[in-house]
Amino acid sequence: MGREIKLMQGNQAISEAAIYAGARFYAGYPITPSSEIAEICSRVLPTIGGIFLQMEDEIASIAAVVGASLAGAKAFTATSGPGFSLMQENLGLAVMGEVPCVIVNVQRAGPSTGLATKPSQSDIMQLRWGRHGDQTVIALCPASVRECFELTVKAFNFAEKFRVPVILAPDEIVGHMRESFEVPRAGELEIIDRKKPSCPPDQYLPFEAEVDGIAPLAAYGGDHVFHITSSMHGPNGYANNNPQNASWRVEQLHRKIDLHRDEICLTKTFDTEDMDVLMVTIGATTRSGRAAALEARKRGVKVGVLQLLTLWPFPEKEVAALARDVDTVVVPEMNYSGQIAGEVQRVVGTEKEILRVNRYNGTIITPRDILESILESRSGQSVRAGG
Amino acid sequence: MTHATGTKYLKNGMLPHMWCSGCGIGILMGAMVRAFEELEYTNHETVVVTGIGCTGKLDDYLTTNALHVTHGRALPHATGVKAFNPRLKVVVIMGDGDSVTIGGNHLIHAARRNIDVTAIILNNFNYGMTGGQASGTTPEECITSTTSFGNPEREIDICALAEVAGANYVARQTPYHGWELKENIKEALNKKGFSLVEVVSPCPTHFGKNNEMLEAREMLLWLQEKSLPVEKYRKLGVGEKKDYFAVGTLVDRNAPDFNTRYEEIRKRALEL
Repeated sequence: MGREIKLMQGNQAISEAAIYAGARFYAGYPITPSSEIAEICSRVLPTIGGIFLQMEDEIASIAAVVGASLAGAKAFTATSGPGFSLMQENLGLAVMGEVPCVIVNVQRAGPSTGLATKPSQSDIMQLRWGRHGDQTVIALCPASVRECFELTVKAFNFAEKFRVPVILAPDEIVGHMRESFEVPRAGELEIIDRKKPSCPPDQYLPFEAEVDGIAPLAAYGGDHVFHITSSMHGPNGYANNNPQNASWRVEQLHRKIDLHRDEICLTKTFDTEDMDVLMVTIGATTRSGRAAALEARKRGVKVGVLQLLTLWPFPEKEVAALARDVDTVVVPEMNYSGQIAGEVQRVVGTEKEILRVNRYNGTIITPRDILESILESRSGQSVRAGG
Repeated sequence: MTHATGTKYLKNGMLPHMWCSGCGIGILMGAMVRAFEELEYTNHETVVVTGIGCTGKLDDYLTTNALHVTHGRALPHATGVKAFNPRLKVVVIMGDGDSVTIGGNHLIHAARRNIDVTAIILNNFNYGMTGGQASGTTPEECITSTTSFGNPEREIDICALAEVAGANYVARQTPYHGWELKENIKEALNKKGFSLVEVVSPCPTHFGKNNEMLEAREMLLWLQEKSLPVEKYRKLGVGEKKDYFAVGTLVDRNAPDFNTRYEEIRKRALEL
């Protein structure tokens, strides 16, 4: 049976992929530009034995997702900037309690209420560092409707496998973009479910990691009774303030991600075999970047593109390997502060110059913006690109 | 007839508990686990969700499933647990900070949604864990560590809030009324839909000390004097009511709970 070709919006692909991955619980609060995900879930989930809950705010939304996940659900929520900020404290709880869940943050332009309907890529640091305390999460960023589908399935798989909240962070352009693509058939993509405890119930320790760094997770209502707490806790899930225990816990939260970073760090490369200039892109900027790279090659500048599908943990090895032999690294991104560029700079070192192309007015970076910057930097003088 | 002790729900080696002498939380916990035993609850089917503060430490002593969460957010976590698995008995233990101050919005919406969980709220009029600061239930004019010259703000009535927001069952008791408290908790646990039991409680360490009730005994006697069975309280004139608070079952009704209503919506969605 062939794949069905469907015209779909990014947010719709995310909703359909979540259900494909086994999500049966959604709790959320309406916010542009993510609301389509809630609307679709409200229509589909009740017909497949799932639950849709519209909560009183985003704090409650992520809380309900955590609760449902511990009752055994694959659970998720979707939001944007202001709502994502509100979710941070309970997202920290999900990290601490090692609760699998997926949060979609369709990035819009801030600060604050900002440009509520316009795209941006300015939550990169908040994805990683938005919560207080030492902790780590996984964050993914699609550039097309097809990638919205594929990365949503990945997000659930990572969440289930590593017992960690995973954030999918399309920018508004990708969330609202419509493209046709071949929808994966049922069973075509790998679906991972969380590890269940196999020990006798009275021996179950919900935070005792196995050799892969991850502890099995029971569900409330089963034979294995368990405690989850936002406070520092021992292997049995009960509060524990012992310094040695606290070190072990913080290390364990990081170690399970570090151990599997090669599996988690997803990237794509385009024309990087013979390049003089490396472009590092995320989300919708990948599309402008690739167009600019092709145009640059026509003008004799060999540009290759490294697209980061995983934002966190940052794909340091992949960036370092490709940046080693180029003379210029260019990073276009839809923010003022160069949040991706800063990470790239950290990886390549201060001696290599990063060409930053930033836009933060709620409009997309065009291929011409990037091309002009590259050509300017190559010639050392202003070059007018295009017609 | 042997009396329920509830000890099978208490974790070995954890007693004595951490709460101050004269605090009501231990009595609340005792009443709750006795209610569990009399209703034959199992650890497997029971999930106790707690927030932050003195009352939020209660899960440390339990052998049931537990979920100890962020300040004020116990109810939405419990909502997710119950909505996804309606067979679970979900009990939410909060203080006055959790329930009607930082988390007040969630109480309103849990009651409105009529999610089938039981909220047991220990109201000791202040934040004990952090040193006795004012909360949303600190009475006007009372002294706390952040209202040294008297509280300029009025207090919220937890039970009245739950009633107008749509709770199916609302009761109030005090640690002075240990047996009645257990009975009201049992009624709340048996009620389908959102149920709430407020436990007006002494905090001699902070609230009592600051408000001329230096000893736990004085605070308990104060609770005894101020509380009236709801039938008697309702017969008082408006002027007299301000000197007392009602204890007993305040609200008892049977609106369909969230999961029942959602099942109807599922059927409708499938028919279309």
